[in-house]
Amino acid sequence: MTEHEICPLGVDGVLVRFARILTDEANSQALAFRAQVIHAELLGVTEVASSLTSVRVGFDPQRTNRADITQHIVDLLERPEKQDSGPRRLWRIPVAFGPAHAPQLAQAAELAGVTQEQAVKEITSQRMRVIALGFAPGQPYLGMLPPHWDIPRQSELTPKMPNGALVVAVRQLIIFAADAPTGWRHIGQTAFRVYQPDAPEPFAFNPGDAVEFCAVADSELIALQNRTDTNGGATCKVLC
Amino acid sequence: MQGTVLMPTLTIHSIGPGVTVQDLGRPGWTVQGLSTGGAADRLAILEAAALLGTPPQAGLEMMGFGGVYSTDTDTRIVLTGAHMQATIGDSPAPHNTTILLRAGQRLNIGGAKHGTFGYLSFAGGIQTDLVLESRSTHLTAGIGAVLQTGTTLPLGTDSDTTSAPKRLTTDDRTTGGTIRVMPGPQTAFFSDDTKASFAQTTFVRSPRGNRQGVRLDHDGAGFSLDGALNITSDLIVPGDIQMTGEGVPYVLLSECQTIGGYPRIGTVLPADLPKLAQAAPGTKLRFAFISLADADATAVSDTTLLANLRKDCQPMIRDPHDIVDLLSYQLISGVTAGNDP
Repeated sequence: MTEHEICPLGVDGVLVRFARILTDEANSQALAFRAQVIHAELLGVTEVASSLTSVRVGFDPQRTNRADITQHIVDLLERPEKQDSGPRRLWRIPVAFGPAHAPQLAQAAELAGVTQEQAVKEITSQRMRVIALGFAPGQPYLGMLPPHWDIPRQSELTPKMPNGALVVAVRQLIIFAADAPTGWRHIGQTAFRVYQPDAPEPFAFNPGDAVEFCAVADSELIALQNRTDTNGGATCKVLC
Repeated sequence: MQGTVLMPTLTIHSIGPGVTVQDLGRPGWTVQGLSTGGAADRLAILEAAALLGTPPQAGLEMMGFGGVYSTDTDTRIVLTGAHMQATIGDSPAPHNTTILLRAGQRLNIGGAKHGTFGYLSFAGGIQTDLVLESRSTHLTAGIGAVLQTGTTLPLGTDSDTTSAPKRLTTDDRTTGGTIRVMPGPQTAFFSDDTKASFAQTTFVRSPRGNRQGVRLDHDGAGFSLDGALNITSDLIVPGDIQMTGEGVPYVLLSECQTIGGYPRIGTVLPADLPKLAQAAPGTKLRFAFISLADADATAVSDTTLLANLRKDCQPMIRDPHDIVDLLSYQLISGVTAGNDP
């Protein structure tokens, strides 16, 4: 286990940081520790949030205090749960990789040192994990692609990445949550909405969810975009 | 809406460019990437609740400029937060004081004289639909929208329009000054020299600011990390002071992101964040690092804060000490009118 740090984050929060740089191991630890803290049902805890490499335990200063929460955290860190911390849900999400839907696929594949066909095959054959959600509500950071996908963000921002775009950088994929500028490269397009504020359940993903992408023709994606009875043709299976 | 009972309605006759419905926000969705949001100056929502004798409710947050409003039912209202020029007909509408707004009367709220975010609250609260258990507009998350002229909003009924008026005296939080900062997870990433220099700098609140955060301007070098240290994005809380690539500080407010990649030198205490939010462009601000123990000693729940504010509310009965021209009153003959204000 890597060395963790326990820091304050606000007068009502303690942050446990498992690493200062993102690694698969640190993210696994953060996701597992979040589940462990929630499961422990500590008195006065108001929120347990995870990010790429850390977990923030928020508390109500009227019901508990930093010293007590920190002691509980230290105790929990010393006896990590043996339970399976694997994904609870598996998503399958259709993606179109045709030129109109993937304007930077060729460029990204070249940077990764593979052909476009290989790139699509690698992206659709791997089970990704939601390592964190953020920057926009519901927007998932999916990791980790093989090391040759450790490609930098481009320095010139794409002014308006479309909602549902599949973008890549630094061994991660993002499904874009809103039309927004980004330095990540546009390598595919889904008809999937990760965030629907008016829906009964606005957020599609939870941290730790598993995600697989399946390639569809451009025409099929356009058909999916026009359908109102499905969220981009995605399926979600609960894993035992 | 059920039966024949119609909800009171608020009508917006004209409005400033930055007016939204705000309550205390929607906590609990950080892990999904949705920040709590809610009023930029949360204290103003609690002050309104204390004065009106209600739980914290949704009101109008008016950034810089108010508007003209009326209701179709008598209701008590209160203006908190930034001091805005406000009148009902020809009469001034005082700040931090319960006021009875009669059906059809026009409440005219102008520009902020002191501060940035003014709040207009109604005894029955604004009763727009809940989204994730809150009525707060969260612009960056696409929840709600900036209000427009001609819009009407549902209000709750004021069950106590005849209750005695109250007022609340608060410390002025619109003039900047020294803001207390507690250490955060990345404070140690900054050199001692950078931290010392930050604490010795007088900043000016930039015109660039909104519900997400406020930029601070200063003369001299920026406050960057040493070298080209690239840090992994991590969780953010409102009050965090982040340094952009050029080392320019931004203090994050209620509608900030949940995760950010810019280094953060520390966190403004929640107790001092209203001062930061209310500092108008040009206001001078300084920062003082305090210890974790001192910071934690200021932690207080909304429940306690509200209970204390309720105790501070005073009935609007004139105390002889407040009457500067006491001697001019004809106290002996007792002929002053009984309905003096």
